[in-house]
Amino acid sequence: MSHADFDMLSNQALAFCGVFYFIAVVAHLAEWAVGRNVPLDVLNGVKADAQAAGRRTAAAAVGGEAGDVLVETDEDSDAAASAAKMARYARIGLISTVVAAGIHFVAVASRGLAADPIRVPWGNMYEFTMTATLFVTIGYLAMYRRYGLSWLSPVVTSFVLITLMADALLLYDPVVKLRDALQSPWLIIHVVAAITATGAFTIGGMASILYLVKERWLAKHADDEGTLNAGYLARLPSLLQLDRMAYRVHAFAFPIWTFAALIAGPIWAQAAWGRYWGWDPKEVWAFITWVVYAAYLHARATAGWKGRNAAIIALLGLATLWFNFIGINFFFGSGSQHSYAEVAPFLLSR
Amino acid sequence: MSEETPTPERKNDGLPNTRTPAGGKPEEGRYSNERDRETGVAPLAPREFLRWTWRQLTSMRTALILLFLLALGSVPGSVIPQDAVDSLASSRWRDQHPSLTPLYEKLSLFSVYTSPWFSAIYVLLMISLVGCILPRARVYFKALRARPPKTPKNLSRLPEYRTFEVDAEPAEVLAKAKTFLGGYRKDLTEASIAAEKGYLREAGNLLFHLSVLVVLVGFATGSLFGYKGGVVVVTGGKFANISSQYDDFNPGRLFQVKNLKPFSFSITDFDVTFITTGRSAGQASDFSAGVDYQTSPTAAAKHTRIKVNHPLNIDGSKIYLIGHGYAPRVTVRNTSGAVVYDGPTVFLPEDATFLSQGVIKVPDASPSQLGFSGVFFPTYASTKTSGPFSAFPDDKNPILSLFVYSGDLGMNSGQPQSVYALDMAGLKQVKSDGKDLRIDLQVGETYPLPNGLGSITFDGVSRFVKLQVSHNPDDWMALLGMIMALTGLLGSLFIKPRRIWVSVRRDGARTLVEVAGLDRSSGGDLSGEVDDLAALLEENA
Ligand code: HEM
Repeated sequence: MSHADFDMLSNQALAFCGVFYFIAVVAHLAEWAVGRNVPLDVLNGVKADAQAAGRRTAAAAVGGEAGDVLVETDEDSDAAASAAKMARYARIGLISTVVAAGIHFVAVASRGLAADPIRVPWGNMYEFTMTATLFVTIGYLAMYRRYGLSWLSPVVTSFVLITLMADALLLYDPVVKLRDALQSPWLIIHVVAAITATGAFTIGGMASILYLVKERWLAKHADDEGTLNAGYLARLPSLLQLDRMAYRVHAFAFPIWTFAALIAGPIWAQAAWGRYWGWDPKEVWAFITWVVYAAYLHARATAGWKGRNAAIIALLGLATLWFNFIGINFFFGSGSQHSYAEVAPFLLSR
Repeated sequence: MSEETPTPERKNDGLPNTRTPAGGKPEEGRYSNERDRETGVAPLAPREFLRWTWRQLTSMRTALILLFLLALGSVPGSVIPQDAVDSLASSRWRDQHPSLTPLYEKLSLFSVYTSPWFSAIYVLLMISLVGCILPRARVYFKALRARPPKTPKNLSRLPEYRTFEVDAEPAEVLAKAKTFLGGYRKDLTEASIAAEKGYLREAGNLLFHLSVLVVLVGFATGSLFGYKGGVVVVTGGKFANISSQYDDFNPGRLFQVKNLKPFSFSITDFDVTFITTGRSAGQASDFSAGVDYQTSPTAAAKHTRIKVNHPLNIDGSKIYLIGHGYAPRVTVRNTSGAVVYDGPTVFLPEDATFLSQGVIKVPDASPSQLGFSGVFFPTYASTKTSGPFSAFPDDKNPILSLFVYSGDLGMNSGQPQSVYALDMAGLKQVKSDGKDLRIDLQVGETYPLPNGLGSITFDGVSRFVKLQVSHNPDDWMALLGMIMALTGLLGSLFIKPRRIWVSVRRDGARTLVEVAGLDRSSGGDLSGEVDDLAALLEENA
């Protein structure tokens, strides 16, 4: 295949993976809609479903007072049927996501092969976004089993879908050769680390958002058993588990970010620009992100800052992270030497 | 919320705090400092007051606030142009905001990262850091040799707890548990095992915090003993490494000029390729400068090319190519045809299209001195609405567009002058037909100036390169500190400090076994390991 073929393949694959992400989002939305009134106990029972439902019906048949019990059974089996439907939708969503991730990978890889000479697929914002979202999906799928992430599915799939759409519509850029500053092995090391950390912080941030949402919801419906027992928020892990998962993901991402932003980045900057650290806007914000996440880790060990406040700090960190990636380029583009900035950086200053 | 004291306290330290705070999250933090609870009013007696201040300063909460201040304090430096990052942009900003400038200067907003208030934040943070790691290091070294805490009486209060009965003898059960708990430090009694591991986590954490100091010291000494200089050289031009040859020279406070290495070089040529398609169109994808250099005046000359990512290293001084631009070549003659100015003049690029600005000073012109000030368009284009602009950064259609001034350039006043600006005090703009005279020249064109001032010819375009020369003797130290910090961080985040207890009691023909675990990291989950241990002890029993 020629470079041009790979270019076309990449564009088509991106469109196709978008379709599958879309199916996944729809499936998870259907799961959410069906599950709005399914009580938790039914849902948990649905795996051991057949016997449980059978036993209940049998009990109802044997029991004398048919009236009440029968009504209950109807409701129960309705709920059980819904629960089974939910499981089906969830499976469709998961499978679509896996397929989408495969095609997404093809899109990213062929983008790298489309360049002449071939190169890593993160030479500009379009490619960076495409690759970072792939990392989010892969991270989510990798942890799906281990941490039982089915509750995160609607959030992850819609995030990836929306980001990819914005990427294709707003940031698309034809394949070109890498600019000089990008031609270095440190590019691969620095950017892989930055993308991995960005993906992980994003997933951690999702857990933190859900923590805050669930906390408010719990407080609001504190004495409303019915509400607390059904629906998406009820199916989320407990606050303790959400907080723990958020912490773990952040703790995984933080050293990688440290490496990307404060070790590999400076080494590369030294080679390219003759200084380790220059307080360029991009560097300033990478540092700010680092400090905010350090504050997050501290907050989790400080009385009165756990849980809610820590989650807010984590989201603040995420905001600085994405601002650095997107905002800086648009607001201070000409002031940044970093290559994802739009304007040619090798202007003369001083 | 109540807290445990930092690290080990012997007696009954194994027990967690089982109260559950509002968020439904049981207390897990073990570090949280008892200092955090000391609020209240400052005592008045001087000694107590000092103690109180110190404790406040070294509390976790203060560290947290200082971290936030540090993040917040970094923001203005990314919004307001910084002298040390882009002095051209910052002086331009000053010109555009005359009323704000004095206030900003007072607040050091053009040099945020060296400003007194920014320094105050990080110095306080560092003091706080030292104040926090010293006592913790002391506690830690004691804890290194400590034994696991005794098995608590009531194991069922621990977060992980399993209990069951088996047939096996207590000793047999304990022996099995002992094998399972291979990596743990263990204390055995007849009826129980107390086991603990993950001591290195705290070491990792201390290493991390210590390294933050190392990085800072590395940074500081690098900038004290090193230097950085920038110089613009037109192709064909020469440079010798003495401080007066630099356009800007920034030595560290303790740098001595005699330490400059005696090298010299000349720029033979400059090559650039611009991307022509896509969003990145107009960005340079390849550029390099040819260099002939000598490591000392008597050494043989060598030729090499420098590019981005490929600096030239001469005896520890590194020479980087950090920018480039155009230097139009003009010849100015007086009315009698004698050449009074001849050569390339550096014009500074203004934007990504390399639209460049500059001035040409002709002190030898007669009858009066001449100054030209104007714009260079590498690829000239013009529309009705936009007026003239540069369509592309490469020199496809170069045009030089100049205003002319005559009078006194003010170069003998003794004041140093910028080569990129005219001193307007003694100059008068030259007019033609009552309007300001503007000369637009293509390569090869000559324009005769009015009033017998002579003529100007645009001969062609040379390029210049901006080079940065730097020497940082201790920059390895900051890097080493960062790597130490990362190592410590990994230990601190991923080593899981945990305690496990197994207690056995013979009850008739059966043995009652209790297994309990406590994870002391702030996010750990011990249930898997406790389950595995319980399953092992329960099986074939
Ligand atoms: C007064 C100063 C400081 C105090 C009292 C302090 C205290 C602590 C403590 C007790 C922990 C353990 C938290 C845990 O186990 O989750 C910790 C972790 C951490 N500290 Fe500090 N620290 C201080 C300053 C700093 C500074 C200046 C930084 C650098 C930005 C920093 C970065 C970190 C990081 C990244 C962690 C996470 C490691 C972990 O969670 O174990 N700390 N700090």
